[in-house]
Amino acid sequence: MVVISYLKLFQPRSRGFQLQARLCTMATEHQHFLTSDNMNPNIRKMDYPVHGPLVVRAGQLEKELKNGVKKPFKEILKLDIGDCHAMGQLPITFVRQVMAMVFYPPLLDDPRFPDDTKERAQTILNACKGGSIGSYTDATGLEIIRKHAAEFIEKRDGIPCNWENVTLYGGATDGIKKILKLFVNETNGKRAGVMIPIPQYPVYSTTLDEFGLHQIRYYLDEDQNWGVNIEEMQRTIDEAKKVCNPKVLVIINPGNPTGQVFTRKNIEEIIQFAYKENLYILADEVYQDNIYSETSKFYSFKKVLTEMGEPYVNMELASFMSCSKGYVGECGFRAGITEILNMCPKVQAMFYKANTAMLCPPSTGQACIEPFIRPPEKGEPSYDLFIKEKEDILNSLKVRAKLIVETFNSFEGITCNEVQGAMYAFPRIRLPPKVIETAKNRNQSPDEFYASEVLENTGICIVPGEAYGQVPGTYHFRTTTLLPLDKMKIMLERLEAFHREFMDRYR
Amino acid sequence: MACESQHFLNEHNINPNVKVMEYAVRGPLLIRACEIEKELEQGIEKPFTEVIKANIGDGHAMGQIPITFVRQILALVTYPPLFDNPIFPEDAKERARVILSGCRGGSIGSYTEACGIEIIRKHVAQYIERRDGISSNWQNIVLTSGASDGIKKILKLFICKENGKKTGVMIPIPQYPFYSATLDEFNMYQIRYYLDESKGWGLNIDELQRSIDEARRLCHPRVLVVINPGNPTGQVLTKENIEAIIKFAYKERLFLLADEVYQDNVYAENSKFHSFKKIMTEMGEPYNKMELASFMSCSKGYMGECGLRGGYTEVINMCPKVKAMYFKANTAMLCPSVLGQACLDTIVNPPGEGELSYEKFIREKEDVLNSLKFRAKMVVDAFNSFEGFSCNEVQGALYAFPQFKLPLKAIEAAKEVNQHPDVFYAFQLLENAGVCVVPGSGFGQQPGTFHFRTTILPQVDKLKIMLDKFEAFHKEFINKYK
Repeated sequence: MVVISYLKLFQPRSRGFQLQARLCTMATEHQHFLTSDNMNPNIRKMDYPVHGPLVVRAGQLEKELKNGVKKPFKEILKLDIGDCHAMGQLPITFVRQVMAMVFYPPLLDDPRFPDDTKERAQTILNACKGGSIGSYTDATGLEIIRKHAAEFIEKRDGIPCNWENVTLYGGATDGIKKILKLFVNETNGKRAGVMIPIPQYPVYSTTLDEFGLHQIRYYLDEDQNWGVNIEEMQRTIDEAKKVCNPKVLVIINPGNPTGQVFTRKNIEEIIQFAYKENLYILADEVYQDNIYSETSKFYSFKKVLTEMGEPYVNMELASFMSCSKGYVGECGFRAGITEILNMCPKVQAMFYKANTAMLCPPSTGQACIEPFIRPPEKGEPSYDLFIKEKEDILNSLKVRAKLIVETFNSFEGITCNEVQGAMYAFPRIRLPPKVIETAKNRNQSPDEFYASEVLENTGICIVPGEAYGQVPGTYHFRTTTLLPLDKMKIMLERLEAFHREFMDRYR
Repeated sequence: MACESQHFLNEHNINPNVKVMEYAVRGPLLIRACEIEKELEQGIEKPFTEVIKANIGDGHAMGQIPITFVRQILALVTYPPLFDNPIFPEDAKERARVILSGCRGGSIGSYTEACGIEIIRKHVAQYIERRDGISSNWQNIVLTSGASDGIKKILKLFICKENGKKTGVMIPIPQYPFYSATLDEFNMYQIRYYLDESKGWGLNIDELQRSIDEARRLCHPRVLVVINPGNPTGQVLTKENIEAIIKFAYKERLFLLADEVYQDNVYAENSKFHSFKKIMTEMGEPYNKMELASFMSCSKGYMGECGLRGGYTEVINMCPKVKAMYFKANTAMLCPSVLGQACLDTIVNPPGEGELSYEKFIREKEDVLNSLKFRAKMVVDAFNSFEGFSCNEVQGALYAFPQFKLPLKAIEAAKEVNQHPDVFYAFQLLENAGVCVVPGSGFGQQPGTFHFRTTILPQVDKLKIMLDKFEAFHKEFINKYK
């Protein structure tokens, strides 16, 4: 008989939470053929990415509220995940009209759908075998969409793009994992190492753990608006060489959770560093449409690398885009685009062949890419509505990014760098010694303690900085900038009130 | 060497497991078929005017019509203004509303829970209960991006070395080559057990025993994969065979993986689909406590929605600690395609008798399944009339896997061009008749035997043409190499 003796929440680890279910019986244990002792050790060690215990607790609180349990708040405000639609952002009409017709072609005869949506839908259906979105596609994705994606990239960068180097995936995360998998290898008894920025998007650390790749963690410079410090990169790679073979450099631009948009100069320095250290660059550029700061501009790694000329122009690079962010926000469609530059042709052939065993990425995600990379042009019937919807969303994100940063900077002990891009703020919080001590007594890191107090007292779900990594002795939390403006104002008021009371309590 | 000196990532330092992965269904035959198609487009003369692709289990690609009900719901959840459109029936709208209510912000563009939308998981559990007459806990259901995704996520749990030996996974030969490719990728040992062609491709327990006993020297056997109905072999396992397999797995302490994606594709009068879960549960102690993962998908059956990548896994009796870690690992991929989840929902929750869409739905479903049944027989009868061919009954799934005997001269000709004889035959078929099948060596077969896999999916008129061409080619081929 299995009895769950207790659920141990918030057990601290050096890198985040661990949720443990303890079973107080051995009888069941010995019956199982697959146990925690003989399972994949990499999976056993995997930490939670974004959906950690606080998010689980937020879900529990939501259920309690539904059941009428009294709380100091009426609703949970979820600031944990970069999901626009979940926070009330509306889909782009053009995208959804195209997709509806792709699923149900009789709608192509409906006069209420504008001609430009029909053209996109027909383009997609013509590319599908048997004219159906239900067919498998090539493992690399529908050819016409790859071609259109290449045109989109060319237009963006002003540099030619070969469609055969552009492949489609079930989300950027899928593409990133498939590329990282190529590096899983031991040489001279040492694993391959991957440089990741700290703070980072935790799917990276989790994936590296799963694959048995060594994490080479380089700190971003909070004092330089989260820019990359080349000396810091050098320091970490030199140390890491003792225990691994560094192979890959991951850059997230615009940054998650940190919200910086790298300057061109910084990108050039990074490229020069990668060249010197023989590193393959992975450029996670999923937030390229989310640029808010007046002084910021998005430069793709491909563009900068190419314009730097020899020898950088021949470097190996994989760049990632997605339909999950930007202004489209179609996370659930799982649509990702990868451009592979200068990959060894033999490796590329093996890579493409290996992907055929999974048949193909979701055709619906691939189809969704078409209206995203070929939106209505001026003169087309859907143009006005499209532009209005797009600009409304991007302007609103800009306003909210500014509001959240200004507000956080007005709180005692909190400083927040400008959110130049992406969808998150990552403020630093200086906690009084009493807080540090209380947290220690509860076996929690101080930012975990702070975040859990925020949740229990205000219903606001933020994620402690520990989940993303931070310089030891500093504390942060990540919040998205996605709450609708009116709700965001309420959230900030509530948080301000809590924070004042909290700081007073622990003075 | 030029490659090595120029590239940081090259063929010498790439993940050695990725290097060896092969997937015959999309292998050299298909690549050549696509080249020929392009040549035809360019006006190059061939002994045929089109390539008939019988290599992949993709119904829609071969002209199968989507189920209207499924597509109406997908359109509604994608573009909610369609709720005001009278052409969509109320039962479709109702299901679409339920799906949207399970989506954050009421949009299918939101991430869902990593295991899938709760209401859909519950619907899947109800479907399984109706199918088996045995209760199903929705919390044991995980939605995945196709069954392949789900299978990989389970297999991944076993990547582990014990006493320096890799995990061994028993796979049927012939098998669906996704398994061998995945085991290569994960560096797990393939324990290959031969299905018995003389017994309608049944599983022979002595053969299972032989293969596992041999394999024990080289690996640590942990998993037994069974594909039922079978791919490429088309058998539907009898209840007795399933019971014997379960007993064997219990004795050898194996985790069972039941790939049941073709459960709706059963044609033979004497065949019936029995889920492993049902049989295992009905066998009582100790078998009903065994660990089992069962897989189902939207890609096959009567719906054929391969591209949508919709599927589920039901995990039975998994160690709770392991299950927690399995669920945690899933969160790193955020969530499966929401449209795939929605598609799965319509399949496990189809219109019931009395509902508006019922008549049309049943008619469409039965049309597809009856046609598949007809084509299955057509293909088997045709092949059994060819000289040197023998083809087992296609009791289920979407494929025929005939055996053929080749004259010695043909085998020699194959050797001369460095090809396996069935590869040689398949290439000749493609180049001369424009028909693309997959050679048996891509699936595995008893040494010295030759097979190929063809789907039964071209529509009836095209299938007739294909079989005629095949017959003509085969006669000529045999005459040439007599």
